[in-house]
Amino acid sequence: MNVSTSAITRIEGRAVVLRGSDIDTDRIMPARFLRAITFSGIEAHLFADDRAAAQAAGALHPLDGPGAAGATILLTQANFGCGSSREHAPQALLRWGFRAVVAESFSPIFAGNALTIGLVCVTASPHTIAEAMRIAEASPDNAFCVDLEHLHLGCGSTRSPVSLPESQRHAWLTGQWDATSLLLADYDDVERVEARLPYLRTTSRNA
Amino acid sequence: MAGTLFEKVWNAHAVRLLPNGQTQLYVGLHLVHEVTSPQAFDMLGARGWPVRAPHRTFATMDHIVPTAAQARPFQDVMAEAMAGALERNCRTHGIPMFDLSGGAQGIVHVIGPELGLTQPGMTIACGDSHTSTHGAFGALAFGIGTSQVRDVLASQCVAMSPLQVRQIRIDGALPPGVFAKDVILAVIRRLGINGGHGFAYEYAGSTIAGMSMDERMTICNMSIEGGALMGYCNPDDTTVAYLRGRRFVPGGDDFDVAAAGWRALASDADATYADVVEFDAATMAPTVTWGTHPGQSIAVDERLPRPADMPDAERAGVEDALTFMHLTAGRPIAGQKVDVAFIGSCTNGRLSDLREAARVARGQKVAAHVRALVVPGSQQVRWAAEAEGLDQIFEDAGFEWRRAGCSMCLAMNPDRLSGDELCASSSNRNFKGRQGSPTGRTLLMSPAMVAAAALAGEVVDIRRVLHPGVSS
Repeated sequence: MNVSTSAITRIEGRAVVLRGSDIDTDRIMPARFLRAITFSGIEAHLFADDRAAAQAAGALHPLDGPGAAGATILLTQANFGCGSSREHAPQALLRWGFRAVVAESFSPIFAGNALTIGLVCVTASPHTIAEAMRIAEASPDNAFCVDLEHLHLGCGSTRSPVSLPESQRHAWLTGQWDATSLLLADYDDVERVEARLPYLRTTSRNA
Repeated sequence: MAGTLFEKVWNAHAVRLLPNGQTQLYVGLHLVHEVTSPQAFDMLGARGWPVRAPHRTFATMDHIVPTAAQARPFQDVMAEAMAGALERNCRTHGIPMFDLSGGAQGIVHVIGPELGLTQPGMTIACGDSHTSTHGAFGALAFGIGTSQVRDVLASQCVAMSPLQVRQIRIDGALPPGVFAKDVILAVIRRLGINGGHGFAYEYAGSTIAGMSMDERMTICNMSIEGGALMGYCNPDDTTVAYLRGRRFVPGGDDFDVAAAGWRALASDADATYADVVEFDAATMAPTVTWGTHPGQSIAVDERLPRPADMPDAERAGVEDALTFMHLTAGRPIAGQKVDVAFIGSCTNGRLSDLREAARVARGQKVAAHVRALVVPGSQQVRWAAEAEGLDQIFEDAGFEWRRAGCSMCLAMNPDRLSGDELCASSSNRNFKGRQGSPTGRTLLMSPAMVAAAALAGEVVDIRRVLHPGVSS
């Protein structure tokens, strides 16, 4: 019953810069693309409306910019992933190729979803983000490194601090981020909780 | 020891501390719908795991169902595939399902309370961020993603970290024309759409104590729009009276025992909070969002913000939102022409919401250029509304009277905006593209304000409609 998930200690690669705060999951994955019964191929619709709007305006969305293909790190601002709980949003980012998102802050549901599927979310100060964005935009080929052991975002010789809840860091470093097998272990403990909950006795009588 | 409701319910459901530092939390009630569950059932199947407690999971379909005609198969083949997958998964695993033919279907956050599945002291999870709605009953209710839906199906548990509790105290009498929707929009406006990160919101104070369960649900529903994973109200007489006699609530002597237990869950008077924020209900006003997130709102008699007046950190966001919304800084929002009016959703699709809207619409006519929809939150809401003639009031006024579903809140069904239509909406999100057109625009407001906007064809101050002659 054990599921093998592997430890994640660092993510290296090029970065895509997505400026703006409060980027909600409806923008990351518009609802019409949720009309499906699998996640397969969903990455094709990542930021579909924003990308189409940029194209119509004669501009390039960052995901279509130079160096975006093959990038593994997304740099963005505050409250990333707010709104709908749709896991389709982090799934699309992961399937597109991102392995880490560095932001000023995350919506709690997005961060929880990302943890369960292996997409690393770390936060950094607005100053650190702004500087990393400047470097990434100056040359899309610049390589970054999110180091979960030393908790920094590296680029060239620069190192800037990043943070994440200690439980998440521990989960990544030990490979215990897929919680299902942990939840199924020692199930007697769960049964003890069930036995003490009054509503489980009365509602089951009526159901 | 004195504690908050959060602490009491959390501790009762905490199984153990996991090696990764999170808490294993038992889920007392799991609700599923057709959008976020098919992949979870597939993951379960791929690992060969059974559903651990099929009698603690309940299903309905709401997001993708058409609200005009509901004959199966649905015209949209993907919608039909999703409905079929849910039916198949529920049958395979023995999960009870409230389907379109059973009389209890509706938006998952409307039917849970309506059926009495939602009860104080439960932990409630659902693959939908507006699960916070159920916190109105004194439950810890939160949205989860699809992989966590898999976890709950497999183990009846989730892995999560505890939250701090912020008490939001709202005291005083709400002025006429000011509703629960305006209260929660005011809370989000002040505390921000990310102000609730790391917190559960406890809504307290005399204003909350005086509210019906429907109103409390509207408030808890939008906790997530303020960045709080969950929000709750303490159980009281109103909670107990609402639940008495409902289908899944214990009857007879069992009810009295349960009710005594519910009351004891309320936060103790000397409980401590990480933070307390106070609001004065008397100063609140009918509120309208003008931007592209629910924190961008103003009182209906205020003027739109000027980017130049905003703090540096907000200026670009305000400019971007005004541009997207085709709105001009410094102008009033009242008088803004609307194209569509939508009354419904898990925020404001309950019977009391429809009554408030009908009170405004009675004997009036929807403006010629406005497309107006009323979508009950559940089949039971629909029939109760029809029994008191609300459908007739709406239809006589030129509103379309629909069947239950999520409808135009999120455009996963045929109800959606086209082009850059501007919609006065009683729903919960005004994100870019939320209502189905990438350039569609949303103004969030109370159901009464939506009805008034539909009639006038523009945003109006509900206080002038309900109490003409009174200046606001």
